Amino acid sequence: MNRITAFWKKGKKALVPFVTAGFPRKSRTPEIVLALADSGAHMVELGIPFSDPLADGPTIQASSQVALENGVGLGDIFGMTEKIRTKSGIPLLLMGYYNPLLAYGLEKFGKDASNAGADGLVVPDLPPEEGEELSKVCRKHRLSLIYLIAPTTPPERVAKIDAASTDFCYCVSVTGVTGLRKNLSGDLKDFLLSVRMRTKKPFVVGFGISTPEQVRHVAPYSDGLVVGSALVKMFLQEKNGKAALRKACLLISRMTRRLNGTG
Amino acid sequence: MKFAWAAKNYRWPDRRGRFGPYGGRFVPETLMAALFELEKEYLKAKKDSKFQFEWKRALADYAGRPSPLFFAERASKELGCRLYLKREDLNHTGAHKINNVLGQVLLALQMGKPRIIAETGAGQHGLATATVCAKYGLECVVYMGEADVLRQSANVYKMKLLGAAVVPVGSGSKTLKDAVNETLRDWVTNVRTTFYVVGSVVGPHPYPMMVRDFQSVIGQEAKGQFLKFQKKLPDYLAACVGGGSNAIGLFYPFLKTKVKMVGVEAAGLGLSSNHHSATLTKGHPGVLHGSKSYLLQDSNGQVKPPHSISAGLDYPGVGPEHSFLKDSGRVEYVTATDKEALEGFQFLSQTEGIIPALEPAHALGYLLEAKRRFTGSSVILCLSGRGDKDMGIVQKHLNL
Repeated sequence: MNRITAFWKKGKKALVPFVTAGFPRKSRTPEIVLALADSGAHMVELGIPFSDPLADGPTIQASSQVALENGVGLGDIFGMTEKIRTKSGIPLLLMGYYNPLLAYGLEKFGKDASNAGADGLVVPDLPPEEGEELSKVCRKHRLSLIYLIAPTTPPERVAKIDAASTDFCYCVSVTGVTGLRKNLSGDLKDFLLSVRMRTKKPFVVGFGISTPEQVRHVAPYSDGLVVGSALVKMFLQEKNGKAALRKACLLISRMTRRLNGTG
Repeated sequence: MKFAWAAKNYRWPDRRGRFGPYGGRFVPETLMAALFELEKEYLKAKKDSKFQFEWKRALADYAGRPSPLFFAERASKELGCRLYLKREDLNHTGAHKINNVLGQVLLALQMGKPRIIAETGAGQHGLATATVCAKYGLECVVYMGEADVLRQSANVYKMKLLGAAVVPVGSGSKTLKDAVNETLRDWVTNVRTTFYVVGSVVGPHPYPMMVRDFQSVIGQEAKGQFLKFQKKLPDYLAACVGGGSNAIGLFYPFLKTKVKMVGVEAAGLGLSSNHHSATLTKGHPGVLHGSKSYLLQDSNGQVKPPHSISAGLDYPGVGPEHSFLKDSGRVEYVTATDKEALEGFQFLSQTEGIIPALEPAHALGYLLEAKRRFTGSSVILCLSGRGDKDMGIVQKHLNL
């Protein structure tokens, strides 16, 4: 049983911050992840930068660009994962586009990710139809492979994705790319209720979640929330890295309180 | 990977949208339902005689098909072969792109999608899309890399004149690859109302199959025209390959014959320079823009910025069917540098009075460079577009 499976056994909701690996600097990633964990995050999504992130909006595109300029590769990211593991048992999800994984070699990727202490994987450009090979590798190395569900996913397909996904699914809140949105769609509640009816596993909701208020609205209809661009933006805007991290931690602790209905 | 070529069994793509190991649908989940719907609607339209009639009529009356197969007499004498040009440059909007755009826009109308989006490199596909959208009264948004907006400003102006919105893309290398990223992001956001008219045999299934089928009109006509006068098939086919739609369009109807085929990629400043777009020659299989195919990438799987003097070939990927045809050995893929393309450009202008686009000028450049191997043979070359759009770039390189 990996750390993700163990987490869901507890029956808690998850707040999942997203961190671009190697942004703003290579050396800071473990520190940022550990600080977010200390602020109450239940799981962390560690983004593998890619030159052509077609599911991402301008904020995460910009952070990926910086990370690539910092020369971050999968080897570095496994190093960061190991470093985090010496200090924390927080479940770690790697999130990355398919091509860097293919170039690294899927089998080697699975082995090295697992050895470094990663628990799971989200690949935004890999639907279950194309995921057979990676799924085999993930099973072998006890990595959870999490598939996405979108508002455009037909009902019968939701059940299929839920069956293909390990441990939980990732629900995309909007038709669109990652990034902040002031207002989440009014249909979101209906969409999440219909997903709930057709899934057996827990699911988290991501894309566009940026405020504690949104967390409070969406939390009752999901098992967890992913916060990405809102955090990344703090590091893009704030020149002082320490101050940005303080702000990010504050947001996460406020969101965690809202998630558990105590804020 | 190598396969034995088996013409009899050539029925690609398979149900999963694969050409052997290539192709597929590597896209965000948000697009999957749209791709399934598109495949269903396209397969229906393919068998629908009314749809086919509408498309063929538009090709004839609007685009000006069939395009001539022209015997280039003076060029042939210099080359020592018999060179026939398939004159796609004479189509409305000046390139082969309109064949595919008419097909896809008619499909969009049938599917009730009011908004059209497209990517463009040289601007030829964007221009064709803006044109056809004007004809059918559809909203049209064209994404174009900032670098291409600068080097193809005449086409940008034309697109705007036709009523399209042209969105410059400033991310990444600011060329075709980034325009595709941005168009896909738009599609993910507006998928319920929007039809993405893909300009080449790239992207997720069913696009590589659908665009190939629409462009196959090139090869079907050329085959009929050549047979009519020569009573046999040509020895060679030649075409430039960026994404590869004009090449597949010419090659596909000949795949099951013995005709030899040569695809010419852009070698830019040279194959060892790192400034080229020779995906099949120098790349490795990977996944970009929704399909598995050869790809220019570094050892970390990051996509390398390509280079070519021609904006239409300046792309780090290539259609998945070309990857399959390369591995199976059915088609030979070679290269021509920027310099060789410029030589081809001048050669055709001065021997035949035809100014080619810089894209097919690569195929002409290769014929000049490798003319010995074609001595005495008959060659059909796909002249995929005309050169008006390239005057600004060519003037910078050729001092006349």
